Amino acid sequence: MTNRHPPVGDFASDFDHTDPAWVADPFPIWADLRQRCPVAHSDRYGGAWLPVTHDLVSEVAYDHEHFTSRSVVVSNRRPGPDDLPAPIGVSPPISSDPPYHGLVRRMLLPAFTPKPVAALEPFTRDLCRELLTATEGRPSFDAALEYARHIPVRVIVKFLGFPQEDADMFRSIIRLVLEEVDLPPTEREERFTAVDAYMDAQIEDHRAHPRDDLTSFLIDAEIGGRKLPVEQIRGTMVLLMVAGIDTTWSAIGASLWHLAQHPQDRRRLAADPELMDTALEELLRAYAPVTMARLVAQDFDFHGHPFKEGDWLLLPFPAANRDPAAFANPEQVQLDRARNRHAAFGLGRHRCLGSNLARMELRVALQEWLARYPDFELADPAAVTWSAGQVRGPRTLPVTITGNGR
Amino acid sequence: MTERQPLIQGAFVTFRVHVNPDKCQGHNRCYSVSPELFDLDELGMSNEVGEGLVPANLVGAARLAVANCPEHAISLIQAEGES
Repeated sequence: MTNRHPPVGDFASDFDHTDPAWVADPFPIWADLRQRCPVAHSDRYGGAWLPVTHDLVSEVAYDHEHFTSRSVVVSNRRPGPDDLPAPIGVSPPISSDPPYHGLVRRMLLPAFTPKPVAALEPFTRDLCRELLTATEGRPSFDAALEYARHIPVRVIVKFLGFPQEDADMFRSIIRLVLEEVDLPPTEREERFTAVDAYMDAQIEDHRAHPRDDLTSFLIDAEIGGRKLPVEQIRGTMVLLMVAGIDTTWSAIGASLWHLAQHPQDRRRLAADPELMDTALEELLRAYAPVTMARLVAQDFDFHGHPFKEGDWLLLPFPAANRDPAAFANPEQVQLDRARNRHAAFGLGRHRCLGSNLARMELRVALQEWLARYPDFELADPAAVTWSAGQVRGPRTLPVTITGNGR
Repeated sequence: MTERQPLIQGAFVTFRVHVNPDKCQGHNRCYSVSPELFDLDELGMSNEVGEGLVPANLVGAARLAVANCPEHAISLIQAEGES
């Protein structure tokens, strides 16, 4: 995405999470704000707030009275009168509030517990091996584009029971939802109509031939004794793609970015498989990809700040995870950090529904990578680029394989 | 009934873990730390196994479960102690 916004002077009074300085390295910005504010403000996007401590981020995550999840992605456009009302939202449950939120979430939760997720592990492992085999013999390649990027999309396609060859189309759907928001409305509508038609065909095929996958699960699911309308099945599928693909891609990429630059961590992890449990959580803490957003639901005073109904609030879980008041030496990655109450998957009722799936993918992706390439480094640190916006991860990550590989 | 766990110095202490169902959001961190002490329901929400009694060899795991719960949903209670 190109940045069309004027450069930020002071992040305390004019922050912008798409500013190149934030995109490249947000951690010093948050550390500075934590000392000075710790709630920053911006007139951009029609008015937005940014708390950067663990305490304040938690407080907002648990407060469903003063904040609404009606929209969770900051943009110049707020939900208008023509949008679905708050209890339903555009893609429940992520963009809905209690009590409707709880009903939808309960319906989806059984599909994301450790047991069904474990059933996807052999597929994920084979996929990682296949991707790594395709890189064999090459001294350098892009770990974000040729490895990390393919894993979550193909796992979700498998989970939904859609044809694997449609993975590219899924990526175009995500771009349409998240990035191509400035397309002319008629073109955007046409694209969405095509997406709907594709999904309807898949749903029809599953109705005719039920199988053990998420699409059949959604077709059978009921809320309050009623089956889901097809619009909601499609909406849920889009939500899973949007929430599950760029996020996990980012977590895998950021973890590899760290390991590429820390040979000691890499070797320790390769030598001691049992370290993976704490290492996984520590990498999630240090490089949590997701910043959520809320809308202020009513005028009120938030720790001396005049919050107005309709103001945006960025909810930076990655900043909470680097707060020295909550974590000892937060800027240090300690793979054996035993006490790690991180908030990478959010806090409270909107805890990431797919956290078990994301953890499995990250664990398998790192295990398989280290088994094949225990030694690697960044080919050119300056060539690494990071995504802009509320999901942060490397989008290009050229690495050089330094050992012989395995 | 409770078992008593012998500690050094001849003291007997019984620990119990408890998951507050109003706070648990299903992060599954406790289950990952100690599947012996925690169980998941069909929604992936955690609860203590049985009465939550913690065998002596799992007291450390119980403390880790408490320290890693993002929602502060787990408590470790020293149920009784005597020498």
